[in-house]
Amino acid sequence: MLKYILKKLLLALPVLLGITIIDFALMSLAGSPVEMMTGPRMSQEAIALRAAEWGLDQPVWKQYLGWLGDVLSGNLGYSYESYEPVTKIIGSKLGPTLLLMGAAMAVGLLIAIPAGIYSAVHRYQKRDYAVVTTSFFLSSVPGFFLALILVYVFHVTLGWLPSSGMTTPNTGGDFPDVLAHMVMPVIVLAATIAGSNIRYVRSAVLEILEMDYVRTAKAKGLGRRLVVGRHAWRNALLSIVTVIGMQLPMLFGGAVIVEQVFSWPGLGMETFSAITSRDYPVVMGVCLLSAVVVLAANLLTDIVYALVDPTIRYD
Amino acid sequence: MRNVITVWKRFCRHRLAVVCLFVLTALILLALLAPAIAPWEPTKADLKGIGGKPPSETHLLGTDKSGRDVFSRVLYGMRISLMVGAVATVISTAIGVALGLAAGYFGGWIDRVISAVTDMVMSFPYILLVLVAAAIFEPGLWTIIVILGFVNWPGVCRLVRGNVLSLRETNFVRSDVTAGMPGRYILFSEILPNTIAPVLVYATSVFALSILDEAALSFLGQGVQPPTASLGNLLNAAQSLTLLTEKPWLWVPAGTVVIVLVVCINLVGDALRDAMDPRNNDK
Repeated sequence: MLKYILKKLLLALPVLLGITIIDFALMSLAGSPVEMMTGPRMSQEAIALRAAEWGLDQPVWKQYLGWLGDVLSGNLGYSYESYEPVTKIIGSKLGPTLLLMGAAMAVGLLIAIPAGIYSAVHRYQKRDYAVVTTSFFLSSVPGFFLALILVYVFHVTLGWLPSSGMTTPNTGGDFPDVLAHMVMPVIVLAATIAGSNIRYVRSAVLEILEMDYVRTAKAKGLGRRLVVGRHAWRNALLSIVTVIGMQLPMLFGGAVIVEQVFSWPGLGMETFSAITSRDYPVVMGVCLLSAVVVLAANLLTDIVYALVDPTIRYD
Repeated sequence: MRNVITVWKRFCRHRLAVVCLFVLTALILLALLAPAIAPWEPTKADLKGIGGKPPSETHLLGTDKSGRDVFSRVLYGMRISLMVGAVATVISTAIGVALGLAAGYFGGWIDRVISAVTDMVMSFPYILLVLVAAAIFEPGLWTIIVILGFVNWPGVCRLVRGNVLSLRETNFVRSDVTAGMPGRYILFSEILPNTIAPVLVYATSVFALSILDEAALSFLGQGVQPPTASLGNLLNAAQSLTLLTEKPWLWVPAGTVVIVLVVCINLVGDALRDAMDPRNNDK
């Protein structure tokens, strides 16, 4: 088992390295950030000096190796904008994003799992079609458009919810306040998650319901509740876990847009402003972090899968 | 030919999908015929409409702040969005099919390299890649098409690769190999036709995704640039709270069209999946 994990880990490393190389290459294609930020008033010498200070006068591969060396020693570099260490920026923005993503994931799955099971159990009935169509609808609404509608209804018309930020300005921001700010972004993210997962859960449960042991359970005269709750659902969980692991990158992408619309002070908003102002160290840091998280999630899914499913061989 | 008829018959069992197909066809026709239908030039201002007038007889969906007719802009925007989606889908499907065929058929180190690259692109937060690329290359119509085309292929590639791997084990391919048929024939005349159905279904979801992504990117100002109208940058108007509240005709039509397009494409794709699934014969 340990050997299997190690092997998977070793396979993930080149992928990670590849991702950072792609990132770095893309960014060096964009040209130097120095000229863009310093404006026409600065002399050529000053620009050259700044470029030398940031190491931008070196060839790209040398810059990359330098960056890689720094990363290995735990230093992600410094922001071109605020001169703060990237690790500090990411550290301070990570919390709000995790809060948002975690809550959205929880709400989304709390909707998707019961709905998916319900839909599978009532296969080819009107109720099933209704649930499946709703799920298509949920995953087809662009997140930002749903956000606009929510703002229009709950903020502008009803005045129930705040439309931006994480806390009300000039207040300490206690728990109910943060909660009120969270409601709309979480609904938007959760709608997308629920939309795609209802169908995954449905097909996973359907597949299990056709298994022989479920037929046996039914033949034994067990009630539907027991058959679905004890026999089918637990076995379907395995494929559901895999799908959830695969959706992390999508969730993060959704967070970038949702945070932008709701001015949520998280990693997504920071990333967007770093991208538009070409603050490369910050962008590289976020790309690295997200790649690590995604690969770790994949690895974890593989391991859970291997642990639970005895037919997977470790060699 | 008989195949197409059975697929069509099975497809028709999904009444909702048939409705969606009709709606989709109608919208595509509207988009194609936009120059003939649109009552106004999409980028030309009507001096009387400056400041954003509500819907009226002369302007069915009102005007935007520079006096341009919203209805005409939505028609032209749909044209642009559909084109972005279609071209991006063609690009990513072509790349995915080519790489997937190569990886599955040749195996060995070719397979390993292609699979590694596929993994890399797939484990990238997609929007991040798109945003970085869009910010780097000048944002614009063709940039966004190329970017969307280049980020969506890994799914197709995996699908085709998996299909080729399982087709290689089937008896008809094995007998070809035994009979000494050339690789070219096996690959393009035996394996490729048998993977077309799932690729087609997958392509519909890529199409829907591309339209959504174009809308999101243009909404953030990183996609299709004004004055060219796209469904996404029409929604951009709603980023200010005053316009959102006071001039809903600026953003509601474009948003509704995006939703209708994407829902219809997804439902048609789903019905197609059912209709093309050979295991579905019983029902």
